[in-house]
Amino acid sequence: MRKFVAFLYDQRVAPYVFVLPFVLTFIIFFIYPVLTTIQMSFQDILPGMVTNVGFKNYERLLGDRIFRIAVKNSFLYTFWTLALLIPFPLAFACMMNSRSMVGRGFFKTALFVPVVTSVVVAGTIFRLMFGEVDGSLMNTVRTFLGLSPIKWLRVRETGFAAMVLMACWRWTGVNMLYFLSGLKGIPPEMYESAEIDGANAWQRFRHISVPLVKPTIIYVLTISIYAGLAMFTESYMLWAGNNSPKNIGLTIVGYLYRQGWEQNRMGYASAVGLVLLVVAMAINLVQLRVMGVLGKERD
Amino acid sequence: MRKLPALVLVFTLVFVLAVGGLASANPTKLTLWTFIQQHARFYQVMTDNWNELNPDRTIELEATVLPYDDMHNKLQIALQSGVGAPDLCDVEVSRFPNFLQGVPQLIVLNDAFEPYVDDIVPSRLGIYSKDGNMYGAPTHVGATVAFYDVELLKGVGVDYRNIRTWDDFAEAGRKLRAAHPDKYMGIVETSAAWTVTAMLAQQGTDLVSDDDKPQIDTPEMLRAVTTLQSMVAEGILTTCPDGQPDTEGGKGLLNQGKVACVIMPQWFMSRYLDEIPSMSGKLAIAPVPVFEEGMPRSLGLGGTGTVVTLTSSNAELAGEWLAYAKLSEEGNRMIWEDLGFDPCNTALWTEKSMTHNPDNAYNKYFLNNVFDVLNEIKDEIVMIRSSSVSPTINNYVTTVMLNELFEDMLDPAEVLEEAQYNIESQVF
Repeated sequence: MRKFVAFLYDQRVAPYVFVLPFVLTFIIFFIYPVLTTIQMSFQDILPGMVTNVGFKNYERLLGDRIFRIAVKNSFLYTFWTLALLIPFPLAFACMMNSRSMVGRGFFKTALFVPVVTSVVVAGTIFRLMFGEVDGSLMNTVRTFLGLSPIKWLRVRETGFAAMVLMACWRWTGVNMLYFLSGLKGIPPEMYESAEIDGANAWQRFRHISVPLVKPTIIYVLTISIYAGLAMFTESYMLWAGNNSPKNIGLTIVGYLYRQGWEQNRMGYASAVGLVLLVVAMAINLVQLRVMGVLGKERD
Repeated sequence: MRKLPALVLVFTLVFVLAVGGLASANPTKLTLWTFIQQHARFYQVMTDNWNELNPDRTIELEATVLPYDDMHNKLQIALQSGVGAPDLCDVEVSRFPNFLQGVPQLIVLNDAFEPYVDDIVPSRLGIYSKDGNMYGAPTHVGATVAFYDVELLKGVGVDYRNIRTWDDFAEAGRKLRAAHPDKYMGIVETSAAWTVTAMLAQQGTDLVSDDDKPQIDTPEMLRAVTTLQSMVAEGILTTCPDGQPDTEGGKGLLNQGKVACVIMPQWFMSRYLDEIPSMSGKLAIAPVPVFEEGMPRSLGLGGTGTVVTLTSSNAELAGEWLAYAKLSEEGNRMIWEDLGFDPCNTALWTEKSMTHNPDNAYNKYFLNNVFDVLNEIKDEIVMIRSSSVSPTINNYVTTVMLNELFEDMLDPAEVLEEAQYNIESQVF
């Protein structure tokens, strides 16, 4: 027993003991499922009947037109969330950081409330807001503006816009908080001296805030790319299920879910999942390399 | 002083519970999932009846109602992984083929069904079978019928009994629209294919070919959707909120009395009674219009096959209870009386004491007797084909194709060609 304790306290062993919990969870909940998924993607899986099919699932994927729609939607969604969910939260964060802003506490809370709201509730409310009946909120607004009511969630453009809007509503607060913590780390003296040198607000933002919160921006960009490509919940909730009309809201993960669970093709769904993993990883690696995060040690 | 009544209440409660517990000597607990509230109620009634008949093998049924997609997906995961499935589960007909793939993780119910099978429409058992083994108990025939708002049509000079063909239907619609621009002759679905499938059946075809291939781009389908689309263009038909009548939005629209005719399987009667109270006493049931007289006027649509899972620890009892609840004569009687469905034991359709009972809530709700109509079309009721490609076809048709046809009003020939291509790209 004493020997064992001494072994644990050994300076060479202790670090491994400390990281063991993480390593174990990582292996059990990440490495193992990924390996099984890779194996499954080469199989046709039915209860009690597993057959190896080689690259067949991947070949099918190439010819599958609905999968192409899903990929297109996921990329489009990612593009819009990046275009909207980085500049706006950054601007809001700067406003919250500015001492001349009135009611900072209120706005901070207001922007953060959606984050803690259940997405099920939010999805239901958005669905009702964008309902196709004449009395839904958005149609009432249209009627008020003298326009005729439309079926928001059945038309490609408006349905997609509603989905992006819901994402913005939901995630602006989180991203703002990330940026805010980044901005808080900038010493106020820098702004002061810049002001004395005659820099205006835009110049201070452009040449002090942005470069100094760059690590935060890179972090937010990285997680947003992944979150965008892996989006499922928003679409599922907005259309009360995975089957939006004309597949307006079908994403890669939605397609994985449809194939794996709704149509009982686990092997094919695994192939879809792996394609997503490879694509997301490739994009993130390129992006991190371009931003100069990877390979820094070698400089 | 005030405590006394409370005390008495508590003691009574304890007493009642104790006696009740003794009386039903340890009932076997069975869990059941369903996606229809009315079904859960029906199963409860049948459990009470079973317990009276089988005091030594009583059952305590725990029925859980889950949303449609959720329930099927949960069941699929549970059966795939071998844990977490209930003893019994309702599986909707369009999702059923998924559960028959591979080695079905369901109990073969041949023995349990044996005493009753001769009374039941064979094709309804057939859609829940594989290789001669029965895996699911059907609920109803689901014969499609038309529900007409008699008064509304009479007001514009139309007698619903004279509507025999789609041309008659369109003509009636034009008269209705001329008098009531805010009302519609009927509904076209975009998230279900009731009417389209019925129109295919009239022409002797289906979404699935005899050799289990998707057949979408066919002249029959083109005729069906072109007819519907032109009626949408004329304003005779309207697209349904939420995509089909059996939804919140759909029932809301019907409750407003804006639609003169709804074409749905017969079981939609139960939704009328429970959820569309405003139409009580206004509706008559009639055969569905056809393209040309002489075509079959009905098609069995929708339905749930109730299954017993392989993981059930009381599979035998569950199977016997299920056969009693859904296939026995008592069960079939109750399927009409409580659920308002056309039972699969069609011998009962001619039993006047059941079908024409004046106290029956469904008979009171509708102007004519549904069984008069059902018996008239009995030999014309076609059955749909269901195969492993059906879930994929249904998914595409009800999410993409019908929306393109009736919301976007795209060219039918092009839509069908693309649909055929896209579905084939997913079927392998």
